[in-house]
Amino acid sequence: MSERNEAVIDNKLVRQRASERYKEGFYTNIESITIPPGLDEDTIRLISAKKKEPEWLLEYRLNAFREWLKMPTPDWAKLNVPEIDFQAISYYSSPKTKAENAPKSLDEVDPKILETYEKLGVPLHERERLAGVAVDAVFDSVSVGTTFRKELAEAGVIFCSFSEAVQDHPELVREYLGTVVPPRDNYFAALNAAVFSDGSFVYIPKDTRCPMELSTYFRINANHTGQFERTLIIAEDNSYVSYLEGCTAPMRDENQLHAAVVELIAKDEANIKYSTVQNWYPGDEDGKGGIYNFVTKRGLCAGIKSKISWTQVETGSAITWKYPSCILRGDHSSGEFYSVALTNNYQQADTGTKMIHLGKNTKSTVISKGISVGKSQNSYRGLVRVAKRADYARNFTQCDSLLIGKECGAHTFPYTESGNMTAKLEHEATTSKISEDQLNYCLQRGIPEEEAISLIVDGFCKQVFKELPMEFAVEAKALLDVSLEGAIG
Amino acid sequence: MLEIKNIHAKAGDKNILKNLNLSVKPGEVHAIMGPNGSGKSTLGNLLAGMPHVEATEGSVHFKGKNLLELEPEERAGEGVFLAFQYPVEIPGVNNMYFLRTAYNAQRKYRGEEGIDSAGFLRMVKDKINKLHMKDDLLKRPVNVGFSGGEKKRNEVFQMAVLEPSLAILDETDSGLDIDALKIVADGVNQLRDSNRSFIIITHYQRLLDYIEPDYVHVLADGQIVKSGSKKLALELEEQGYGWLDA
Repeated sequence: MSERNEAVIDNKLVRQRASERYKEGFYTNIESITIPPGLDEDTIRLISAKKKEPEWLLEYRLNAFREWLKMPTPDWAKLNVPEIDFQAISYYSSPKTKAENAPKSLDEVDPKILETYEKLGVPLHERERLAGVAVDAVFDSVSVGTTFRKELAEAGVIFCSFSEAVQDHPELVREYLGTVVPPRDNYFAALNAAVFSDGSFVYIPKDTRCPMELSTYFRINANHTGQFERTLIIAEDNSYVSYLEGCTAPMRDENQLHAAVVELIAKDEANIKYSTVQNWYPGDEDGKGGIYNFVTKRGLCAGIKSKISWTQVETGSAITWKYPSCILRGDHSSGEFYSVALTNNYQQADTGTKMIHLGKNTKSTVISKGISVGKSQNSYRGLVRVAKRADYARNFTQCDSLLIGKECGAHTFPYTESGNMTAKLEHEATTSKISEDQLNYCLQRGIPEEEAISLIVDGFCKQVFKELPMEFAVEAKALLDVSLEGAIG
Repeated sequence: MLEIKNIHAKAGDKNILKNLNLSVKPGEVHAIMGPNGSGKSTLGNLLAGMPHVEATEGSVHFKGKNLLELEPEERAGEGVFLAFQYPVEIPGVNNMYFLRTAYNAQRKYRGEEGIDSAGFLRMVKDKINKLHMKDDLLKRPVNVGFSGGEKKRNEVFQMAVLEPSLAILDETDSGLDIDALKIVADGVNQLRDSNRSFIIITHYQRLLDYIEPDYVHVLADGQIVKSGSKKLALELEEQGYGWLDA
């Protein structure tokens, strides 16, 4: 690509981004109960008491907290993370109406909150009526409503907030919590285990195909608070579920911390499809503000022929540190990871996956597409490990990076550890720039530059987009266009 | 339709075109021939507005407009089409979607309504049948994994869909076997009418057996050194380009 042409693309994007507004960046003025900033054992006792948790869960939290205190902050990622003052964060914030009496149906939810979700394009009532997608809406530290509960209950599916699950299905929570991501797994997982507030809980019984898509919409609203959600999905033998999550936050100059843990468990022949469209506030064009997104997501393919598939479209957050992984324990189980990560301005992303092959004939597929724009840094980090007894394990990894402009960076860190001679691992990696030739070809056919870039990037991401549920694929493409080029019609 | 006057142009840092003049009227087919390095492709790239070619002197008018002042996508909207010598691959973007985007972008430029995907599909199916090309061309990603011949056919197909008023074919015949050559020529001949003009850039006379030009120009060292009827192409075939220097 010639110097001149690169500069042209760069300036245009910077200009567009500057004039663009993060349309989810508004704040909902609502009375909330927020505990004072600070973190010690009393904070944890307070959170646990507010949620009326059983003693064993408080113990779980406190143990995690004590582990966390002993752990150093991780520094191995290719990220420049400013020091986080954990004492300056409030660990619990709840809309006031929700705090005292949990609404049992959407009609009891504060209209202002419903309006917020409407503005975000997730109208809870309409989603319920029109789209046939069940939604759990998490607002700051609490779930404010879950739709379609009755229909799901008829199928035997449990879909509720994590807090409710603790009250209504304590035996399930206790059996599975922390079995895939133990509290001492890593620094941010330990923090989450200590202070987690709310999230979603899904249980799909044996021989059940979940009758609709399930989704959770996470929203950070309050100031100086962190969001620490916890999601647990259990799919019993021969069941299927497709789960989607979306995330946004107001525009603020401060950085806010989001440290979530997601655990998936797939039993014999169960199939879990987990899709994420992550659009936390990325910060402004000078790198001010934005969410620090430190997330641990892991699925256990516990049963034979089980399958877990992660699909993520990551366009938000100032910093993303996230490696949705699969532990392939059941023989013939399979794991998939499809990812599009786009960074612009001063965003940093270090994301990828871990595929741990333990069972025989296990199979994994990794397709990662990184797009770097502006002054951003975008890394793929992936581990494929084949255990000694995992005969005939197979992995295919493809990492493609696309650079737009001259000041951004793309990096690939693939790690492979094979302890079995029969394993077959394939890795392909490419780094390319949007070539001048491609651009000129589009221009000559009459396609203006912004549209041409969007077309080329969309093509680049095609392999991943086709894995998303239809409705989300459209949303993801639109989001990518906005992140790339501003509010052009 | 097209008036090129005293044009001088650089490709990169090199002066390639030197005082070139050419006039093309509606419905005419002009063949530009010449040895390698004579500036044939530079002329095509200059007309299409490709960024590495720059005019330093002279003027180009197309349908009365100063072509050199227009952006490449605006020129496309005005009806200038370049069939590339080396068509570019765009992974993940299917040909049909690409073409519809281009088609609607050009219509938008001209202030016309866009066309929906059903209507577009009907139109392209009709064109592809007339050109005796295969339907799968529509679903495949733009030029990805295409053979040399398929890429050139795709250029002709795109031309048929976009219906330009000036089509420039840059060595579309190079690397084609005789069957592919016939399909390409047939596509061009189908599109010939009294309002559409062609500039056919070629090194060899062979394509002109199938596309009969109204004029043949010989380009050497950045200038048109000889113009004539299609007989000139035959002379070149017999004698090569060497006699031009004498």
